[in-house]
Amino acid sequence: MKKFVCILLALFLLAALPLSCRAEEINGVDVSGFTGDYDKFKGQNITINVYNWGEYISEGSDGESLDVNQLFEELTGIHVNYLNFATNEELYAKLKAGGADYDVIFPSDYMISRMIEEDMLEKLDFSNIPNYANISDNFKNMEHDPNNEYCVPYMWGTVGIVYNTTMVEEVPDSWDALWDEQYAGQILMFSNPRDAFGIAQFKLGYSVNTTDPVEIEEAAAELRNQKPLVAAYVMDEIFDKMGGGEAALAPYYAGDAITMMEENPDLAFVVPKEGTNLFSDAMCIPKGAKNKEAAELYINFMCEGPVALANSEYIGYSSPNEAALALMDEEMRNNKIAYPDEGVLDNTEPFLNLDEESNVLMSNLWTYIISSNDNYNQLVMPAFVLGAVALSIGINVARSRRRKPK
Amino acid sequence: MKKLSKLYLGIVFFFLYAPILVLIVFSFNQSKSRSVWTGFTLDWYVKLFHNEVILNSLWTTLSIALIAGVVSTILGTAAAVGISSMRRGPRRLVINTTYLPIMNPEILTGVSLMLLFSFLAIPRGYLTLVIAHITFCVPYVILSVLPKLRQMDRFVYEAALDLGCSPRKAFFKAVVPQIMPGIMTGFLMALTYSIDDFVISYFVSGSSAQTLPITIYSMTRRRVSPEINALSTILFLAVLTVLLLINVKDAKIWKERRKKEAARL
Repeated sequence: MKKFVCILLALFLLAALPLSCRAEEINGVDVSGFTGDYDKFKGQNITINVYNWGEYISEGSDGESLDVNQLFEELTGIHVNYLNFATNEELYAKLKAGGADYDVIFPSDYMISRMIEEDMLEKLDFSNIPNYANISDNFKNMEHDPNNEYCVPYMWGTVGIVYNTTMVEEVPDSWDALWDEQYAGQILMFSNPRDAFGIAQFKLGYSVNTTDPVEIEEAAAELRNQKPLVAAYVMDEIFDKMGGGEAALAPYYAGDAITMMEENPDLAFVVPKEGTNLFSDAMCIPKGAKNKEAAELYINFMCEGPVALANSEYIGYSSPNEAALALMDEEMRNNKIAYPDEGVLDNTEPFLNLDEESNVLMSNLWTYIISSNDNYNQLVMPAFVLGAVALSIGINVARSRRRKPK
Repeated sequence: MKKLSKLYLGIVFFFLYAPILVLIVFSFNQSKSRSVWTGFTLDWYVKLFHNEVILNSLWTTLSIALIAGVVSTILGTAAAVGISSMRRGPRRLVINTTYLPIMNPEILTGVSLMLLFSFLAIPRGYLTLVIAHITFCVPYVILSVLPKLRQMDRFVYEAALDLGCSPRKAFFKAVVPQIMPGIMTGFLMALTYSIDDFVISYFVSGSSAQTLPITIYSMTRRRVSPEINALSTILFLAVLTVLLLINVKDAKIWKERRKKEAARL
């Protein structure tokens, strides 16, 4: 019996031998060039909670793209519990409410500066993230994290105007085009206040991070003037509206514009000459994360060239990762919409966190802009209701009349 | 007149089912667009079954619904039995407090549960989701079991005792079969409300689990994937099949009954 057990154990050991050295290839991905201590947590049964935007990672469901989380799990033995949020504010609220322990989060620029101000982020140990070297210098020392202590850039992009070339004659290379009366009823606009105010502020030549109430009020007045021309305030509905040719002009993010253009070849994208917003989302670790080192390993993994490339291709946004750019096909890398010239980038301004007063002022003004309805015919709805009531009364009366003769 | 009422019925059904029809049609659309038809494909169904994020949240949703449904049915039925044997005054009081969580706006329930969990330092996740779902499901079960108890002939229970049943046996043999339709209704209501719930889940979910409605909502920044259409189509067809089966079964039972009655005559 003892002998048998011995032989069995020996066989097990033999079988485990090829597993003990790092496989060169996992799921068809060559991982031999990966740098990082990916074996460190093997067999410890660790789980990290990753909190990302919805549809913001390559998840391999189409059979072509890479399943990034699965690759990480097989490479490191760490289990990834992947969860989604829809807005920066939701992420902020979830962290503030406490009781939820996330290990890796993906906030945007202005939310990072707010979280740093409120001491909600952990300082990263960059010795665990050797792949930080892959990040382009353009995206280091950014205004929201001037000393490169808290975040590793994930995706970036610019905001510009998507337009339908069959409906718009000349290139709308100025934000003024969104106020042009000849396109009345064919303009779409952001339905989130920060982006909408940003456009008005660029048009007026103000900083998008102004805290001067007069300038904010002026921007709000611009947006009110624009309202009669706007067909709808949208976020992701824009894909259908622009793709279906329902609108002529709409401001949106560059990466999504490329997706729209693939669907509808009549569309084009331009960054207005007054300058625009440069947005970036980054990976951070919130204060009190239970598995900080494993989280840093995850961040490091996301910066591996092939992984960053897969994410960038899946999402369609621009990658700040030079190793990914080196692997990217020529056509995409030379795409001026995703990777504009330096001149365009110099003329951009990122969003920073505003003080509480400006935030409140902006959100109040925005509510006012959205809810005031000068153009909407207020009689439509009551007339419809009255008509429906009259119809149902009519039907009932007719019925009871018919019954009576019996 | 008849034509008019048929037209009216048609309009009502159109409004009810047109959205679902559009959703189903666009689950077969080749592009991601929700307005332009580009061609037929089954790709989204294939992708759906490879999308771990969606599938995980679907399992979370279904398992929570099942646990919450079963637990709240047991709790609710027990509560209803207790309430029905109370004296009039306290009974009214308890029934009215049962109505309260239903009348209460969901968002209030959500926020207050979130505050409670933070206060008790329970980490938010799967456990809190289950607790919250049980909390808001119990009243529905109570309110669907109570009428059945009122209709029930309580002497049957006493007769069972007289004939030598222990109280427990009498309860399961004489009471439960009579109120079974109410219990089933309550269970199904609890299941539906649990699967449906967004607002409360939104507040009490945390770092370990998220339900399907939250996953769908989180896609709105980027774009809601047609995989969701495919999933909704499957869910809709599943529910439709269950309903059809139940109806067919009911029809059969009725037929048999009628046959028996006819034979007796």
